[in-house]
Amino acid sequence: MAGKAKKVKIDRQLMPAQDPKVRARNFEEVPYGYDPETAMKEASRCLQCKKPGCVAGCPVGIDIPGFISLIEQGDFQGAIRNLWGKNSLPAVCGRVCPQEEQCEGVCIVGKKGNPVAIGNLERFAADYERENGTGELPPKQKATGKKVAVAGAGPSGLTVAGDLIVKGHDVTVFEAFHKAGGVLVYGIPEFRLPKDIVASEVGTLERLGVNFECNRVVGSIVSLDELFEEGYDAIYIGVGAGLPRFLNIPGENYIGVFSANEYLTRSNLMKAYLFPKYDTPIPIGKNVVVFGAGNVAMDSARTAMRLGADNVRIVYRRSRDEMPARAEEVHHAEEEGIEFHLLTNPTRLLGNEKGFLTGMECLKMELGEPDDSGRRRPIPIKGSEFQLECDLAVVAVGSGSNPLLTRATPDMGLNQWGYIVTEPQTGKTTKKGVWAGGDIVTGAATVILAMGAGRIAADSMHDYLALGW
Amino acid sequence: MFKIVKREVYSQGTVIMNQIEAPKIARKAKPGQFVILKADEEGERIPLTMADLDVEKGTIDIIYQVVGTSTAKFRDMQVGDAYQDIIGPLGQPTHLEKLGKVVCVGGGTGIAVLHPITRGLKEVGNHVIGIIGARSKDILILEDKMRLASTELHVCTDDGSYGHHGFVTEVLKEVLEKEDVKLVVAIGPVPMMKFLTILTKEYDTPTMVSLNPIMVDGTGMCGCCRVSVGGETKFVCVDGPEFDAHKVDFEELMMRLQAYVPQEKESYDAYQCGGACHTG
Ligand SMILES: Cc1cc2nc3c(=O)[nH]c(=O)nc-3n(C[C@H](O)[C@H](O)[C@H](O)COP(=O)(O)OP(=O)(O)OC[C@H]3O[C@@H](n4cnc5c(N)ncnc54)[C@H](O)[C@@H]3O)c2cc1C
Ligand SMILES: Cc1cc2nc3c(=O)[nH]c(=O)nc-3n(C[C@H](O)[C@H](O)[C@H](O)COP(=O)(O)OP(=O)(O)OC[C@H]3O[C@@H](n4cnc5c(N)ncnc54)[C@H](O)[C@@H]3O)c2cc1C
Ligand code: SF4
Ligand code: SF4
Ligand code: FES
Repeated sequence: MAGKAKKVKIDRQLMPAQDPKVRARNFEEVPYGYDPETAMKEASRCLQCKKPGCVAGCPVGIDIPGFISLIEQGDFQGAIRNLWGKNSLPAVCGRVCPQEEQCEGVCIVGKKGNPVAIGNLERFAADYERENGTGELPPKQKATGKKVAVAGAGPSGLTVAGDLIVKGHDVTVFEAFHKAGGVLVYGIPEFRLPKDIVASEVGTLERLGVNFECNRVVGSIVSLDELFEEGYDAIYIGVGAGLPRFLNIPGENYIGVFSANEYLTRSNLMKAYLFPKYDTPIPIGKNVVVFGAGNVAMDSARTAMRLGADNVRIVYRRSRDEMPARAEEVHHAEEEGIEFHLLTNPTRLLGNEKGFLTGMECLKMELGEPDDSGRRRPIPIKGSEFQLECDLAVVAVGSGSNPLLTRATPDMGLNQWGYIVTEPQTGKTTKKGVWAGGDIVTGAATVILAMGAGRIAADSMHDYLALGW
Repeated sequence: MFKIVKREVYSQGTVIMNQIEAPKIARKAKPGQFVILKADEEGERIPLTMADLDVEKGTIDIIYQVVGTSTAKFRDMQVGDAYQDIIGPLGQPTHLEKLGKVVCVGGGTGIAVLHPITRGLKEVGNHVIGIIGARSKDILILEDKMRLASTELHVCTDDGSYGHHGFVTEVLKEVLEKEDVKLVVAIGPVPMMKFLTILTKEYDTPTMVSLNPIMVDGTGMCGCCRVSVGGETKFVCVDGPEFDAHKVDFEELMMRLQAYVPQEKESYDAYQCGGACHTG
């Protein structure tokens, strides 16, 4: 049709963003988001496919053509209601999903040009509702009298809480930290996901009646069996993959070497970037190195730059193609002046007599045959050692399963890496009445996958509570 | 919110006891475990050992030395004020076992951490020899409680103003010469623990220390509290806080405690100014 051909001629609408030079030194959000007019224009680029590839590309199967068509018509409230049907945190996912690998990666418009900006539109609908909406709550079913405990207030636990509260159950979320949100509050920085947004989502759940008990480490203050004794009928575990991985190279305990978890928690959750107004300190590196090239590494590097570093280098042992970070994060990092030292592997960290980090030794690598993960294995080049000066290093090479809760629950099955074993269709663990999902089952993954797992488990938990299976 | 119900001042105002309402924690906590406290929205997360607890009243006691911004903030809180956040119990409880003769050595505020462990070791049937020390008489804490908790108690002061004139290590050496000691528990400033460990190594006496690195979460997710024990990296908040003293790398611990000295000073000055600006 002629009409359709015309539509795709519109270029993908860019989101206005803070100037890289300015934003590299502040913690405000990088892109500003669409205004209604731009959103409607972008929405008009969608072909409303009969068999939309994008929907299959979204882990929770959002009705993408549906919500986009509502935006195109200017029915923003309709759009957000449509989104809420599948995704309780659209303002978050619109910002942090790796869209290029998911929905947008398979959008038909992307075959010949730039895909429809699905994430940006999702973000727009959610932001519009938050800023202009009526704050109406989804309807709640009659109280069932059943009590549910959720361990962990990350995206996975929040999804379960939201789903089960509207189904009429009494839900209490136990969170180890003093704030709810999981990685959304302690890991992902303000400039990528403003904490007001997370607080507003948590606030909505509270208004719906979810009871949040922060400062409660399940496994320590209360065991799962004790929760059952206290009258909980079902438990969901969404405690994430919060165990920092180090490189296990000499010198890693010098002052100035951080796990990404520590570095980001200090800055984000404890607001050390506002030190000394906030009491938690964070060192300002002059020459910063960050090991790894995922989202966590990009967040650490961009945080270091904002805190005032002279230079920040990403050191990664594979090549650009294997970098696991979202494309947008890598692009933003480069714009902000982060340097990339690829095919480089740290072998040793160096320090002075007072114990402060002063430098590192690395090896150059080349790519060999693909390994188990399908990525080409980096192999060291003999005699290629060289040294780099640095006074702050952040290790962002992944995380493992934190054994605090699982060690206290010996009758729940784990796999060889310490992650909880569940039945994929239901999220049931091997312990009766206990479900699990998110990073503690899959290992470090994504927000939307953690939410998807929460939704599956919530459905199964509801069946169990209502029907007994 | 966690309300302060009782407050005592020791050591000429440098050491403070807070009794705090925290019934859930009190019900669960065991000797050797600690809590993390945050005074207010801007506050830092600070680890402190539970020096005592009362399950019936639902309270926990903390005793802390005022050394920087956070402990100064805690000092300035009065009965009726509340901590915004307290999380716990954290860490592994002390392994309490009947061994025979055990020696519990405490220095400075370490005595507060030592007290519940001493009591626990006596309760399971040990003959407990307590040795506590301070720089001088007027800053010595918990003498009465330690006397009750141990079978016999020795007191030392560096300046000789009270009890034995000299360091706890000297008294410990005498005890090790005379008695068949099965275990030494030592808690105090890192240099004290380090020198004491050198001594007990000579006598081949098993020794346990409680370590106090800088922490953030206290649940094993950040790695800030890592120490080297027997050549392996351990997280004090989940693997400890107590470790086999003969394996601990005290030099590294002392070094890592210096990580934030300039920031701590900046923060302390800002906090003090906050006070001064009120009057000026
Ligand atoms: C720095 C960083 C950047 C990231 N960027 C992206 C991104 O751009 N896009 C994306 O899709 N994904 C990203 N991820 C991954 C994503 O955030 C996670 O996959 C997701 O948050 C997992 O959700 P979850 O609910 O399973 O766990 P988490 O978000 O980890 O939440 C778990 C919660 O449980 C709490 N908890 C732990 N133990 C206990 C206990 N015993 N009792 C009570 N509570 C407990 C924790 O404190 C935490 O609040 C990023 C991760 C990090 C660390
Ligand atoms: C498991 C554990 C239990 C503890 N129990 C007690 C207790 O019962 N009573 C008590 O008085 N203290 C205890 N501490 C030490 C206490 O946490 C610190 O003194 C406190 O964090 C200092 O905070 P600040 O902001 O007041 O001082 P800061 O300004 O942070 O520090 C001032 C100076 O104190 C030193 N310091 C900083 N952090 C620590 C630390 N964690 N341990 C020792 N010295 C430190 C540094 O050398 C620094 O220069 C414990 C620590 C741990 C890890
Ligand atoms: S939730 Fe994520 S993957 Fe799904 S449509 Fe939204 S941005 Fe795409
Ligand atoms: S694949 Fe692209 S064009 Fe087709 S419905 Fe989805 S977003 Fe629209
Ligand atoms: S304090 Fe974070 S791991 Fe121990």
